Amino acid sequence: MIDFIGNRRKAYLLSAALIVAGLLSLAIFGLNLGIDFTGGTVLQFYVGEEASLEEIEAAIEPFDELEGATVQVIQGRDLEGQPTEEGLIIRGPYMPQERRDALVDEFRSRFPGMTADDLRIESVGAVIGAELTRQALLSLFVAILAMVAYITFRFEFKFAVATITALLHNIIIVLGIFSILQMEINVPFVAAILTVFGYSVNDTIVIMDRIRENIKHRKKGEYVEVVNQSINQNLVRSINTSLTTLLVLTALLFGFHYFIGSLDLIVFVVALILGVFVGTYSSIFIASPLWLNLQDYKFSLSRRRKAA
Amino acid sequence: MTTWLRSAILNRVWNLALVFRSRSWAGPAPGCAGRFERRVMGMKKTFNPGRLLILVVLCVLIIFSAYHSFQNAADREEGIRRGLDIAGGLYVLMEAVETGDREVDEDAINRAIEVIRNRVDELGVAEPVIAPQGDDRIRIELPDLEDVEQAREIIGRTAMLTFVGPDGEEIVTGAHLEGARVERQPEISPYPFVSLEFDSVGTRLFAEATQEYFGEPIAIYLDDTKISEPVVRAVITEGHATIEGNFEYEEAAELALLLRSGALPVELRELESRLVGPTLGQRTEEIAAYAAAVGLILVLLFMILYYRLAGIIAGFALVFYLSLVLWALNYLPTTLTLPGIAGLILSIGMAVDANVIIFERIKDELRSGRTIRSAMESGFNRAFRAILDANVTTLIVTVVLFIMASGPVRGFAVTLFIGIVCSMFTAIVLTRVLLRLAFKSGVIQSGAYVGVKI
Repeated sequence: MIDFIGNRRKAYLLSAALIVAGLLSLAIFGLNLGIDFTGGTVLQFYVGEEASLEEIEAAIEPFDELEGATVQVIQGRDLEGQPTEEGLIIRGPYMPQERRDALVDEFRSRFPGMTADDLRIESVGAVIGAELTRQALLSLFVAILAMVAYITFRFEFKFAVATITALLHNIIIVLGIFSILQMEINVPFVAAILTVFGYSVNDTIVIMDRIRENIKHRKKGEYVEVVNQSINQNLVRSINTSLTTLLVLTALLFGFHYFIGSLDLIVFVVALILGVFVGTYSSIFIASPLWLNLQDYKFSLSRRRKAA
Repeated sequence: MTTWLRSAILNRVWNLALVFRSRSWAGPAPGCAGRFERRVMGMKKTFNPGRLLILVVLCVLIIFSAYHSFQNAADREEGIRRGLDIAGGLYVLMEAVETGDREVDEDAINRAIEVIRNRVDELGVAEPVIAPQGDDRIRIELPDLEDVEQAREIIGRTAMLTFVGPDGEEIVTGAHLEGARVERQPEISPYPFVSLEFDSVGTRLFAEATQEYFGEPIAIYLDDTKISEPVVRAVITEGHATIEGNFEYEEAAELALLLRSGALPVELRELESRLVGPTLGQRTEEIAAYAAAVGLILVLLFMILYYRLAGIIAGFALVFYLSLVLWALNYLPTTLTLPGIAGLILSIGMAVDANVIIFERIKDELRSGRTIRSAMESGFNRAFRAILDANVTTLIVTVVLFIMASGPVRGFAVTLFIGIVCSMFTAIVLTRVLLRLAFKSGVIQSGAYVGVKI
């Protein structure tokens, strides 16, 4: 049996370091918010021939609003592994429809081989971005309240506190890593965070269920033993489930990265992979020890009361 | 006995093959009521060909269902509805802005929607969505477009209602039309008519025109489409005109609506516009499908290597889970988006979780000395509560999101919800049924068959 509880301070220290680093990065660099949050325009197309960066810049030149816009060249592969033609992704501020059309026309006239099929033009007003942010935060807040209520109802309030703390811990760490990596995040990222939400809670609840059951069956002994036993009993399951989940995610990441090149969905998959790691870690090393600490606190209180 | 056990573990697969072979060549002995016996590990084990048959039939049905649901899912025309990010298409969110003294109300929004619908109809889109959102917004979703850019251009155009004289000269535009409605005067005519009302400029222009073209037709165009061509029968100086004809009530109402729509009382401003070409998302979908297949095979291999026969059962449950989700997505009014597909692939890895919990529980029970039969039952019962609580908590998140979020996040919540419900069903019901059948038919004979090394 591995002594998780005895070593909990090391885990707390590691988590604290990760959280501090993440929060610092979030405070200093922030997140690299994409157009879904900030508003703006993304144009993606295939020019159909070898286009030098100078030629592309020349095409963008007449558009003053695109000064400082980023141009990214993406390269995918077909199913035989042969490189496909290069695509362009231009990210800039919000442009009204006439300007977007004018830009596409400009590219069409310069690069006659440009296809009409492989095209993406997305424009989001700042209002929508602000709404999305507010809506996402608000619904996450309500979801947390609802989960606290359910866990309190089915288990007890302290389980809920421990579970939600572990959950917030996971989300801060994932956000922190994204802040450090400065990967651009959009709507799919919100979906990924929600999934991490579900995964972490799911993972933790199963251990909590074990603790609940073991407490019921054991009349004697320390809580420390019960929690340690419960984590150990659940260890294989924690590892196996995160392993199968990581297997499919790795397949997905490889597929998107190798064959498509660049995609919001890569961010989605990376967030999920991080989430699975952090989620599994926290349900073993953070959530259950934390619950124990909450109990200790209560014990010391009752002892103090007895002493008084 | 331990040596027997060891060799049973080592030659598990061979042993299993033997079990099946012994069935085929021995067959149910006559007079044995369909049962026959075989010695394994020095113990008498009963084979029940009836149960075995049910098990095999179930597995065949699962493969059958999976085959059809996978094929259906791959069908881009008839299968699961794809979101705009996969199928290609256009999504536009517009906001109505007040102009002059005309406020944005339900009527104004409905009229604006009518204008857009008329334009979209020209494009021949199969399933267009043009719907109000909130109080002052209009959401347009046009999937499967041939020419996305053209569609965007057509929607973006400001609606134009024009009255044109017989010589092609423009008389007055919808900007000067204040209202149009259906009226009826049964004492004069059995037919309803459309009455128009112009503003002061419109009144003057229309008065001049009716004088000039008396007895001649004046065509009314909405954009490039002629919607009516009434003949001038009176000089109209007061700004109140009527269009008469042998209308049905519906016809007259539609004409009035078109006239009102053409006047477009509100300015529409773009909030969000997403245009995706038809082949861009298709490639992503293809890659995702390959990744899903590879992921599924990896998970199946892992489960079989780790849980042996129980892993095979979990594999069937997983395949059925996938097929169930695909059917659900097909028959429920949902749309599959790229994050939805990625979430679905993720769920392949997560769906085995319930099976893992159950199998680990069964192993625990076996290690504590229970027989395989009672270990299976108590393993299921004990795992049930953990699976239920863990999943209900996640379901709560999806329900909150469904109520509070909108657009792609909401769609994702629906996909996640369907995934969780289906995985709970397959883990709790199907795995149990399959595992019981495997035990009762005699396929599972000892803990070794579920990967327990004692």
